[in-house]
Amino acid sequence: MRFVDEYRDPGAVQRALADIRALARRPWTLMEVCGGQTHSILKFGLDELLPERVTLVHGPGCPVCVTGLELIDRAVAIAARPDVIFCSFGDMLRVPGSSRDLLAVKAAGGDVRIVYSPLDAVRLARRHRDRKVVFFAVGFETTAPANAMAVHRAAVEGLDNFSVLVAHVLVPPALEALLSDPDVRVQGLLAPGHVCVVTGYRAYEGLARRYHVPIVVTGFEPLDILRGVRAAVAQLERGAAAVENEYPRAVHADGNLEAQRMIGEVFAVTDRSWRGLGVIPRSGYALAPRYARFDAERVFGVQGVTAVEPAECRAGLVLQGRLRPNACPEFGARCSPEHPLGATMVSAEGACAAYFHYGRVAAAR
Amino acid sequence: MCLAVPGRLTEILGEGELRMGRVDFDGVARQACLAYLPEARVGDYVLVHVGFAISRIDEEQAKETLRALAQIGEPTVPDEDPDAVR
Repeated sequence: MRFVDEYRDPGAVQRALADIRALARRPWTLMEVCGGQTHSILKFGLDELLPERVTLVHGPGCPVCVTGLELIDRAVAIAARPDVIFCSFGDMLRVPGSSRDLLAVKAAGGDVRIVYSPLDAVRLARRHRDRKVVFFAVGFETTAPANAMAVHRAAVEGLDNFSVLVAHVLVPPALEALLSDPDVRVQGLLAPGHVCVVTGYRAYEGLARRYHVPIVVTGFEPLDILRGVRAAVAQLERGAAAVENEYPRAVHADGNLEAQRMIGEVFAVTDRSWRGLGVIPRSGYALAPRYARFDAERVFGVQGVTAVEPAECRAGLVLQGRLRPNACPEFGARCSPEHPLGATMVSAEGACAAYFHYGRVAAAR
Repeated sequence: MCLAVPGRLTEILGEGELRMGRVDFDGVARQACLAYLPEARVGDYVLVHVGFAISRIDEEQAKETLRALAQIGEPTVPDEDPDAVR
């Protein structure tokens, strides 16, 4: 596939690795922020190919993983209603709630459907005017324009049987929370390329300056990731701390302005509770007041549903790069994709799932 | 969740409030919303995320990246058996 295969070329990967090996003189710890990057790193074994001096730790960029437990419980409560068609991206279905997951609701007869795009949910609302169609709007900034468009279309078409359960999260405030935590020892960041496609990267400049960390906008293929690592290591070796774009074929400094305009139309910034991390101020989107009638939490009166996270899952530490998944005592023992203790073990972008899937089990034992 | 896949825009399906297009992903065709890429033209490569084209791939920049990667020094591991690293 064009723009994929050429960034997986083994010879070029070896050359890039040799270049990083020559460049890195001191030990450095970098965090790749996005779970998609984590999976790419584990899938291609880049963590094992890099010199030992360069350590990659995995960040919080997995929206499924960080969606608050109380929101999963609210989703379960809404999906179980007989008048509802509950639509979600696939990997939310197996995320454990306090008592059960959405797949269990489906197995018990709930009308839970996996959709590819939020516009599919709008289509269902158009087709089933006698049912209430709810879309679970999770995601980072990358997904916000699509989810915003779904709400906007429903408003334009007068689809009053459509609503969204909003769990949107934002990357820069989470990074600020991480960088300001003295227990988190990360010296450079690989910023999430597809988030920056939408937002651009100016929002990261203040972070780079305040915490004196290089922040490198990075893509997802092996050579993209190595290019990001190389740029971060080069900055660290010369004592620099700037924002750099190493994914220029897709990302521009200002991002996608049309997409940002629609986000601004439909959403407003709000405080958000992150699973495993707690409440981070101004780190999410809620519906803007003029779209409040599409808020599923109000429509179904589930705002009162609260939850207490089980202590046995250490996903909070994993999401901050403080615990390697296979160093968790539950990893591969009580916790597996079949019987997950937390969301990081079942999400397609979860770090625990990546370690399990790509066979990093032996390392733990 | 932030997975976005590059594909080639082969057809514009309707000019209206919701501009749609057909995108070819190496033989698999899917519709994508083009509302956020008003400048996209047939033949462009676009990044598609949950049914929305969110970025036009800059071919010049892509070539530049590959050129820069090609200029990095010679491999330390000789390519005796390319299958071994695939």
